[in-house]
Amino acid sequence: MNIQLMDRVATDQKIKLAIADCDIHPAPKSVPVEIYPYLSKRWQDYMETYGIIYRQGFPTGPAFPKGQPNAARRDAYPPGGGKPGSDLDFMRSQHLDANNVQLGILNPLSCGQGVQNQDFSAVYCNAVNHWQIAEWTSKESRLKASLMVPYEDPSASVKEIDLWGGDSNFAQILLLSRTAEPLGQRKYWPIFEAACRANLPVAVHAFGYGGAPVTGGGWPSFYIEEMVGHAENTQSLLTSMVFEGVFERFPTLKLILVEAGFAWLPALSWRLDKLWNRMRAEIPHVTRPPSELIRQHVWLTTQPMEEPEPREHLLDTIEWIGWEKLLFATDYPHWDFDEPSRALPIRVGKEQKEAFFLKNALELYNLN
Amino acid sequence: MSKYVVAAANEILPGQRKLVNVRGRPILIFNLDGDYFGILDRCPHQGASLCKGQLVGLVESDRPGQYNFTRNNEIIRCAWHGWEFDIRTGKSRCEPEKIKATQYNINTKTGSEIIEEAYEAETFDVAVEDNYVVVHL
Ligand code: FES
Repeated sequence: MNIQLMDRVATDQKIKLAIADCDIHPAPKSVPVEIYPYLSKRWQDYMETYGIIYRQGFPTGPAFPKGQPNAARRDAYPPGGGKPGSDLDFMRSQHLDANNVQLGILNPLSCGQGVQNQDFSAVYCNAVNHWQIAEWTSKESRLKASLMVPYEDPSASVKEIDLWGGDSNFAQILLLSRTAEPLGQRKYWPIFEAACRANLPVAVHAFGYGGAPVTGGGWPSFYIEEMVGHAENTQSLLTSMVFEGVFERFPTLKLILVEAGFAWLPALSWRLDKLWNRMRAEIPHVTRPPSELIRQHVWLTTQPMEEPEPREHLLDTIEWIGWEKLLFATDYPHWDFDEPSRALPIRVGKEQKEAFFLKNALELYNLN
Repeated sequence: MSKYVVAAANEILPGQRKLVNVRGRPILIFNLDGDYFGILDRCPHQGASLCKGQLVGLVESDRPGQYNFTRNNEIIRCAWHGWEFDIRTGKSRCEPEKIKATQYNINTKTGSEIIEEAYEAETFDVAVEDNYVVVHL
């Protein structure tokens, strides 16, 4: 007997809000196939012989395990094989098209930064810059690349920035948050200067290999503590940048803090202002209240979004930071992905919603 | 409440799962030791497809130094942020009172019962002598 039936109503026919995703992680399908063409024979041999040695203790991978294998959504493995984030077509169907992503900012991780051998770090970053154009931005106009720099070697970084400055494939310069020294220190100033010259924002993504413990209190026992540590670490680097006077020295500098949360920013700003009011004799080069400098120079990506109860507290927090300072991000294809339609757990006005999900990013990256 | 025939019983063997679509709803059917359970294929957290999740068990402990691994493959762990749901109840492992995956009533019927009672079905052949998985919706 053959029974016909069932109305198959498509579950989601609504047109989705257009979004910018300011934190997408692409990965090479295979390093020898996709990265080696941009490395000289000498460095290919080096990589085969010694591998990549990061600025950390003895572990070969990340010091803490991840929430899911490869830190990735379990449904993000391309059907044709390879790592999550390594297949443009699959990224299109699973994410860019499905979530109506109009602008996607690529942030390659484990791609030459935080590498102990400085020369290798520089050539690897350069190779990854070529690779992003060849495999991603030249094939998909919604995607923009991040200019990778070997930030522990500022003069090599400046060379890389000057090489690509003005190339519209790149939307920003990428650093990782765990640097060898606090990021405001003058060692890094040439990078900020070159960024202003190239008119590119500097994005600092959580993680990296600076050599210091991953929390301010030392090495924690659990991965969950490492995840919290990103907020601490990012507060430290921001404090360093404020008090070293980076924003006053480079008045056109734009700083984007990526994947470190954002709800901590108001409290940090209040504390910095309070201390600056009382103690600024020590830092006469900082002539404006820290909160004002932060408001002018700093943007933050939204993922992983804080989820307070009651939810309205998130609204207050965003008001304090400024709706125009947040850039929506999903972290695709990573396991802590924020689903665009569910990430903001509160109803907000149309204007705020559009700014939060798309317009802030288009404006900041000059893509209007 | 309507009843939908969604699969032949032997298509979903113990330990296996199958995603079906009933009236536009993606429903994930599990077979745990011969009992069938169904939950909406959408994680209550941010909506990931639970079908892509991993089947896990429970590690429980009565006292320090003693661990029991139980409920093997009876908990589904979401592919995204790892929230875990008890397949038998749909309830969240961490917050069972607050968070629950939408559950559906599932049972099996024989082909002859189905033909007699005029169940609704996917387009497939129902044979009198076989068993079928039925979703109540
Ligand atoms: S969507 Fe399932 S755990 Fe977040």
